[in-house]
Amino acid sequence: MTAATQSMIEARHTVKAFGQGDHIVRALDDVSITINKGEFFTLLGPSGCGKTTLLRLIAGFEMPTAGHILLDGVDITDLPPNRRPVNTVFQSYALFPHLTVAQNIGFGLEMQGRPRAEVAKTTAEMLALVKLEPMANRKTSQLSGGQQQRVALARALAPKPKVLLLDEPLSALDLKLRKEMQVELKRLQQETGITFVFVTHDQEEALTMSDRIGVMSAGKLQQVGSPKDIYTRPVNRFVASFIGETNFLPATPVAGGLQLGCGAVVEGLTTAKPSVTLTIRPEQIRITPADDAGAIPATVTSLVYFGTDTHCHMALSDGAEVVVRVQSPASGEAGVRTGDSVGLRFQPAAAQVLED
Amino acid sequence: MADRGFSVSRLPGFTPTAMLVFVALYLPILMLVAFSFNAGKSVASFEGFTLQWFVKAWANDHVKDATLRSLVIAVVAASVATVVATAAALGTTRRKAFKGQTFIYVVINQPLMVPEIVTAVALLIFFAQIKVLTGYQGLGYLVTAHAAFCIPFAYLPIRARLEGMDLTLESAAADLYASPWQTFRFVTLPLLLPGMIAGFMLAFVTSLDDVVITLFVKSAGQDTLPTYMLGQIRRQITTEVYAISTVLLGLTVVLLTAFFLLTRKKD
Amino acid sequence: MASEAETRQVAASTRAGWLLSTPALVLLAFGAIGPLLIVVVYSFLLPGKYGNVEWGFSLDAWRGILFTRDIFDDTLVLADAHLSIFWRSVKLSTLTTLFTFAVGFPTAWFIATRPQKQRAFWLFLITIPFWTNLLIRTFAINEIIRSEGLLNTLLLWLGVIDRPLEIIYTDFAVFVGMTYVYLPLMVLPLFAAIDRFDMRLLEAGYDLYASRWQVLRRIILPIVKPGIIAGSILVFVPALGAYVTPRILGGGKQMMIGNFIELQFGQGRNWPLGASLSVTLLVIVTAALLVYVRFANRDREVNHG
Repeated sequence: MTAATQSMIEARHTVKAFGQGDHIVRALDDVSITINKGEFFTLLGPSGCGKTTLLRLIAGFEMPTAGHILLDGVDITDLPPNRRPVNTVFQSYALFPHLTVAQNIGFGLEMQGRPRAEVAKTTAEMLALVKLEPMANRKTSQLSGGQQQRVALARALAPKPKVLLLDEPLSALDLKLRKEMQVELKRLQQETGITFVFVTHDQEEALTMSDRIGVMSAGKLQQVGSPKDIYTRPVNRFVASFIGETNFLPATPVAGGLQLGCGAVVEGLTTAKPSVTLTIRPEQIRITPADDAGAIPATVTSLVYFGTDTHCHMALSDGAEVVVRVQSPASGEAGVRTGDSVGLRFQPAAAQVLED
Repeated sequence: MADRGFSVSRLPGFTPTAMLVFVALYLPILMLVAFSFNAGKSVASFEGFTLQWFVKAWANDHVKDATLRSLVIAVVAASVATVVATAAALGTTRRKAFKGQTFIYVVINQPLMVPEIVTAVALLIFFAQIKVLTGYQGLGYLVTAHAAFCIPFAYLPIRARLEGMDLTLESAAADLYASPWQTFRFVTLPLLLPGMIAGFMLAFVTSLDDVVITLFVKSAGQDTLPTYMLGQIRRQITTEVYAISTVLLGLTVVLLTAFFLLTRKKD
Repeated sequence: MASEAETRQVAASTRAGWLLSTPALVLLAFGAIGPLLIVVVYSFLLPGKYGNVEWGFSLDAWRGILFTRDIFDDTLVLADAHLSIFWRSVKLSTLTTLFTFAVGFPTAWFIATRPQKQRAFWLFLITIPFWTNLLIRTFAINEIIRSEGLLNTLLLWLGVIDRPLEIIYTDFAVFVGMTYVYLPLMVLPLFAAIDRFDMRLLEAGYDLYASRWQVLRRIILPIVKPGIIAGSILVFVPALGAYVTPRILGGGKQMMIGNFIELQFGQGRNWPLGASLSVTLLVIVTAALLVYVRFANRDREVNHG
């Protein structure tokens, strides 16, 4: 298979600027990205990072200031949204309030001028797919939030688009429903085989659902990779801190490794830069007794109880703060206490060197 | 009242004043309605219920004539105003602010800002010239004038409806393969319809109520109901005029109630 | 820095905006605004013998607003009759504005402080008179205050007075009538302003030792000021140009500017004077509106700190 047939969406050097004169904001700043056929791709980032803008460019609601968008190898940059085989699930659902559930689902097919029988058949299939058959003739305002969400999904899937775009579709749902819908979405994506492009600011959602994640910040694409890549091998400070909790420790290269501010040397890591930051996840650090000779000495400054886990805040000898996540001790067992002197150990391979 | 606590929003004397205002607002109108059913001719005393003034008014050819004319003008003017106001509302809302947008907005609302008597005088002068030039004496002048001053009344509820409409609905339609025309026809228009009906009704009532502009623009023998009623005041207000007033009042209440039901926000 | 496609999109949107507005603009140009310009032209012409104008430039109409030619020696003297009409118009409009505010504010406050469900009902009660034909409402008030009207009948019957009060055809009658017909125009914007008012501010005020009067004076009135200005303009502008109410309740003697303008197109047969008076009225009203816009904008800036 060649690369051209494998990619479903390709954005090439897309720029989107809003405003004019002195008030130009680059919502997208030279973003290039390739999304593969049949994959569940998530655009993750804080609000205002440009992820929704990128989605709107793919859907055709916005024109790029510069750059091109390709769909299945065809340049669609200048096509209006109604001529792109791409459908969107809107954050607000955008269900037509004057139409019934079934009419909403059949809308796209009708606009395409499909025969009435086909519209009816597909609508019925879609209703079954999202388990809303009894609601077919209700007005959308009579549905619960979760049901509206499923109508929006069915409506966007009915015309069998090449790509389904989902703009924070779960943000309006409560936690329990959101978890259910996450599973549901993943199921639908696997059943239909349609390429999903999912926008969210929720890192947990992104990690659990995606095949690949693109992390965005300040209009730029920071890193693209599998959830595990993104979590364990963040390429910069932003990605490391936005996804999960982590520790940052300044370090300088010395012979045989990197030296931390407290003097301890982490072996086996190298860099060409004069000073770097070492990032290490709290669950990758082990607490050892104070007399552990090879360990980094630290003092427990405070303990924060999280139920199954406890976060132990430590101070190193140079004052740097480190958080260590440990399982909360079983009842009767004594864990570490505030003021204790301890040692800290981690695998050098679990740490990541950040050069920014 | 059971609630004897300190109410922060209560201000001394406000509630009695408000009550007096409501009484003062309605007492004269209700008197007028009551006496349109009065058997006696005098306003001073109620001498029994009758519908004779309604019958008499309806038997009066002048009244019939004026009523018909008022309705024709109001329907045509309100329809024209609604159509052009809808187009203007679509043109001036929900797009990036463009050059001249404020100008359009000011022009459309101009009839609300200029005293009626000034517009009336202006139209008198303008149409007098046109009458000389064309020789046309028909209802066209009244219809044009009414349609023009009805535009802002039709425009405001339509604009409000458009602004309250979720823009993403139209994006959703476009996303689902609707062409711009299909989007308008199947999404925008059905959602806009209540606003258009509301706008039409306000325009209709406005046209039906107009006195001053009609008085100046009308040619001889083109009395509308209000100008006919005003003409009657010189010959002492007749109870017949009360009857007509009662009917007009009823019509206003019905239209307003419908308007409120149409524009009511859903809870 | 916009791509060609973006520029095209903006241009198309602007074109569509103008195109869609054109029918309304054309209709208004013929049925409202265009004719106003002709009025300005007419104010510089000579009156025709049987109405209309003669085409010759003259400033007589503008002079005629304040001055009149003495019949005997043809000198210009101040026209007392005109001045008294202007004075009456300004006086009655101002009094109407003040009084509608005095009773309209408590009414608007009352409506805005009702429970949410009742509010629509009370508001509806204000809206009905607002949309009821002005003529009908003037007739109604006429029936109350005329010599053989309800008020006099009642007072005579009660023995409070022994002959009818002569209210009708006085300035006072016009004032009462205008207050009655324009009151809803004051209440509605006041309500809109009070409805937005955050009642928790009152709790804060009382908490900080303010009396009811101080709360009204120092918290409520400053915050709802835009509504007060809007209501005042909405009452003052039509009151100044009132025609129907002074005609019916003033009986043709207690003229206001509106009636005076009409007179020039009727018996007066002085269209240019009518035109110059109309332009004057328009200028006063525009000035009032500009003051309003100025105030409204300034308040908005203050509110946004």
